[in-house]
Amino acid sequence: MKAPDRYYDFEKDISGCGIFGVIHKKRGLISGEMPIAAMTCMHDRGNGLGGGFAAYGIYPDHADKYCFHMMYDDKKAIENSEHVLRKYFDLHFLEPIPTRKTLAIPNPPMFNRYFVTVPEKPVNEFSELAEEDYIVSVVMKINTTIPGAFVVSSGKNMGAFKGVGFPEDIAEFFRLEEYKAYIWTGHNRFPTNTPGWWGGAHPFTILNWSIVHNGEISSYGINRRYLCENDYLCTMMTDTEVVAYELDMLIRKHGLSWEMAAKCFAPPFWDEIERMSPEDKELYTTLRATYGPGMLNGPFAILVADNNRLMGLNDRIKLRPLLVAEKDDMIFMSSEESAVREVCPELDKVWMPKAGEPVIIDLED
Amino acid sequence: MVAKRKKRTLTAGHTYYKQFNEEIRELIKEGVTDFTINECNGQRYIGIAMEGDIRFHINGVPGQDLGAFMRGPYIHINNNAQDGVGNTMDDGRIVIEGIAGDVIGYAMRGGDIFIKGDVGYRVGIHMKAYLDHQPKIVVGGKAGDFLGEYMAGGIILLLGMFSGKPDSPVAGRNLGTGMHGGVIYVRGEVPKDQLGPGLHTQPVDSGDLKVIKELVNDYAKELKLDSKDILSDNFVKIRPFSHRPYGNLYVAC
Repeated sequence: MKAPDRYYDFEKDISGCGIFGVIHKKRGLISGEMPIAAMTCMHDRGNGLGGGFAAYGIYPDHADKYCFHMMYDDKKAIENSEHVLRKYFDLHFLEPIPTRKTLAIPNPPMFNRYFVTVPEKPVNEFSELAEEDYIVSVVMKINTTIPGAFVVSSGKNMGAFKGVGFPEDIAEFFRLEEYKAYIWTGHNRFPTNTPGWWGGAHPFTILNWSIVHNGEISSYGINRRYLCENDYLCTMMTDTEVVAYELDMLIRKHGLSWEMAAKCFAPPFWDEIERMSPEDKELYTTLRATYGPGMLNGPFAILVADNNRLMGLNDRIKLRPLLVAEKDDMIFMSSEESAVREVCPELDKVWMPKAGEPVIIDLED
Repeated sequence: MVAKRKKRTLTAGHTYYKQFNEEIRELIKEGVTDFTINECNGQRYIGIAMEGDIRFHINGVPGQDLGAFMRGPYIHINNNAQDGVGNTMDDGRIVIEGIAGDVIGYAMRGGDIFIKGDVGYRVGIHMKAYLDHQPKIVVGGKAGDFLGEYMAGGIILLLGMFSGKPDSPVAGRNLGTGMHGGVIYVRGEVPKDQLGPGLHTQPVDSGDLKVIKELVNDYAKELKLDSKDILSDNFVKIRPFSHRPYGNLYVAC
């Protein structure tokens, strides 16, 4: 292939993704305006090819039901998906996800949300599964078998909103300033080696888990194969997807603590293990041996949330920035301090966590 | 003759970094020498590649690459700073009253960076010196991993005193890994496991102490600290373990 005309004039955009998260430890509700303002401050960390948010506590009236945020390329995808949703679930309520027309978001896909429960005695191929595995199986079925339909999120009292655009544009499109949540995460994308498309934007989710990520998971191939062996199928063409499924597998299914899951993602170095007490040495050797294919290689700063927690974690040599700040009952995690100061100028405490050491913040109740 | 100073106060607020930096450059052309910048929040590239006797006092948290490629100006930040401060800086001085992020003073080749508190990872990597052009970084708090990695010249002084991390070692892992020039001074002791491969700490001699004292005096004056207190403990130094420690790494000679 010939070089494009005047290729020497092309400018390389130098940037990295931006992430922001906030949790109110007493479930105080935070307006969407806060994460939007924080992400806007970090506008230049992205390039307009992906923005998104996850919010917890936004559907209190349906908190006992799984909420499927669905993204559709066309009407046929809606028909096919609704057929599947009605077949596998009791469908209690559905509506389009409210959006507004905005110049920055041309030609968006369609979005609906569905509040569902698992039937008492389902009659289908998944009927033997425990409830949450049943949900995961239906998510995988939709993502892999219905062209043009993707599950954006599938948890309770939470939802993900994402697409191609800067985060502030995506927020305007989804009218996120109208939502209130006690945990928010946000992401500004600068895709490096996977396509910038609507499903590939962050957050990635499964059940109540959500993750936003700055960096790249160089171990995507081995992680994906490992997950595939365990019935998690990657369909979003973005490396970060593996983290959402690994969280579900390690913590929900294998019963690991969040701390231990973080140590699978970013394990201690062998020379550190060598210096540990005999008990820790055995623990971390076993962990590395057992979960080697789950280890995340490459640079990352990630924010992970479910309905009760927010966790920040860096790769073990800290190849991406991450900062934590506190103000009263709110804890912030961000790529840049300025994004936090933008929404909360006075802070009680600001620090940068150690590489590979998770910062885990629980709700107080 | 003392050049006449011309002062100007600017409010950064939500001004986009590009417009803001253009405004500063216009004012410098008009002869402004001393800037006070209020409500700075995340604006990148302030002072980048500027030359000469220009002074900035910044209130707020400036954005990435503050003072990159800078040759001469003085920047004083009353708050914390983010990543990439003094990237490839050539001359001048940057003073930070709070903490600073990752990759501070990357490939720095001259001038001073004084930070009161903790710093992130990869501070002072690839620093280099030429004759009397010696870059210097003083960190009052603790440092993350890879401090002074691949360092080829200049001075890093790590105090570990004004830290928000009481349980952390004074420096992270891989301190001075791959260094082949320059010197890292540390107040107190360095746990052996934090040092890069082949490195060990040595006691300082009278020549070193003279350098440390001068640097600490400058540092203490800028940050209004007690230099006697800083100098009241022992210091150790880390130097490359031979003249060309990695000479045989790729090509045997």
